[in-house]
Amino acid sequence: MDLSLTAEQEMLVQLVRRFVREEIEPLERRLDPDADEIEPADKSRLIEKTRAMGLYGLDIPPAYGGPAIDLVTRTLLAIEMSQHRAGLYAPCYGVFGGAGLAQLFEASEPQKEKYLYPVLRGEKRGFFGLTEPSGGSDPARAIRTRAVRDGDHWVINGGKIFISGADKAQFGLVFARTDPDKGRGGVTCFIVDTDTPGFRVRRVVHTLRSAHYATELSFEDMRVPHANILGKVNGGFAIANDRLTRQRIPYAAGCIGVAVKAHAMAVDYVPQRETFGAPLSSRQAIQWMLVDNEIDIRQARWLTLDAAAKADRGEPFRTEAAMAKLVATEAASRVVDRCIQIFGGYGVTKDFPFERWYREMRIRRIGEGPSEVQRHIIARDLLDSPLH
Amino acid sequence: MALTIDKPWRPADQVPQVPAQLGVFELADAAGVVVFIGVADARSLFGLRGAVADALQAVPGAAGFRYESTSAYHTRYRELLMVHQATHGALPVHNAPMQLGRLQP
Ligand SMILES: Cc1cc2nc3c(=O)[nH]c(=O)nc-3n(C[C@H](O)[C@H](O)[C@H](O)COP(=O)(O)OP(=O)(O)OC[C@H]3O[C@@H](n4cnc5c(N)ncnc54)[C@H](O)[C@@H]3O)c2cc1C
Repeated sequence: MDLSLTAEQEMLVQLVRRFVREEIEPLERRLDPDADEIEPADKSRLIEKTRAMGLYGLDIPPAYGGPAIDLVTRTLLAIEMSQHRAGLYAPCYGVFGGAGLAQLFEASEPQKEKYLYPVLRGEKRGFFGLTEPSGGSDPARAIRTRAVRDGDHWVINGGKIFISGADKAQFGLVFARTDPDKGRGGVTCFIVDTDTPGFRVRRVVHTLRSAHYATELSFEDMRVPHANILGKVNGGFAIANDRLTRQRIPYAAGCIGVAVKAHAMAVDYVPQRETFGAPLSSRQAIQWMLVDNEIDIRQARWLTLDAAAKADRGEPFRTEAAMAKLVATEAASRVVDRCIQIFGGYGVTKDFPFERWYREMRIRRIGEGPSEVQRHIIARDLLDSPLH
Repeated sequence: MALTIDKPWRPADQVPQVPAQLGVFELADAAGVVVFIGVADARSLFGLRGAVADALQAVPGAAGFRYESTSAYHTRYRELLMVHQATHGALPVHNAPMQLGRLQP
């Protein structure tokens, strides 16, 4: 088994690494340390560059105009793209584009015309509305938002919490209960236009995250056409689950990138900082922190690449994606924490990016399925069909 | 947390008592109308104290201010602007136009 990068992968990794250093970091130095956006003119200019590099819209399938790059390579690039201060939640400030809501690729042709293609052209934005105040770990049971059929429409009442980007979106995927007796088989996914009467973004939910605040939504007698059902009636949960599984790989990659950057900064710093007459790098306590960082990063990296490789081969990868998400988020949290310790007081100032990474990384053990849920998924798969 | 700043209005001469922390603030004219919403981000020298003093000088007709210390200054600032826009149909007169989301509190 050869674990080295191909020449093409190495070239792409170097290209993106240079882009982050030469284009993103200098811009970021002028921004507030909690900023999540760059100036529109800078964004347009950088998008031109990523297009010229052939790397714009990396996650868009080739059939829809994206570059044909496999998931392993995209994972390697995602690890590079998050290596800056805002990188965890705003990797490269979005200048590499995105595929938006992946489940829209499963939409009907009229739905694609109205939602998917405008998203791919950068004209529309969507949100993903699954979590409710009644709980996000087990949405199949927790969803209380109700949709009741009324002729050609469904009438939706309820609400969602922690929904990212809903205030700026033109539409969103809203998961609602359509059959109260069927548990996970009673949830349907609706594409909802945010200008539908009864749709309200009630408030911003402030969290540890600097970038992209979450919001709370309410739906009051919101009438959504039957034609706006994504997939089948009562088939929403499979759509949600599929999206969450796929999302876990880039989610893990983003954490690894931040850990790599934090660790590299610590490795650079320790020979320069002297205490008690010798550099920190000569202290075993510090060396061991760096060693633990290195091991954490390598473990997380290989598990994440393994999940991506399985997905590329068309094999089931749910367990691997859950392991990648679990290990990468927890390992990267430890790495950032150790780097803060190594930098001492400077580590917790806004002069350095660690404090932002520390806050935002904490969310990563909860978002997209908390650590306990990942363990639950792995345990279920393990007991159903033992791993070798 | 209240959607708008629910702290008391203070006259301009109380700026020296403002903490040098990160946060958000509003300026009002003599009639109590909010004319500017500002933020003391991590680049401001002396945090809110410096940012409020600078804004009082820069905004014509500003007679008083109120503030809120918060480490979530970035998201809170946007929230205040969105709530103002939703309530009054526009941003305060001295805020430059910017791309915001839509809130309907
Ligand atoms: C900043 C942010 C942005 C978000 N963006 C979105 C978004 O855009 N769209 C969206 O739909 N959701 C979003 N979420 C919601 C997120 O997915 C949920 O917070 C998450 O799924 C957990 O749900 P919960 O908060 O309701 O916790 P709960 O479900 O109440 O769980 C509480 C705790 O109990 C643990 N737990 C649960 N079950 C078990 C068990 N069986 N055994 C042991 N422990 C258990 C959980 O792991 C968790 O630690 C976002 C959250 C945050 C913080």
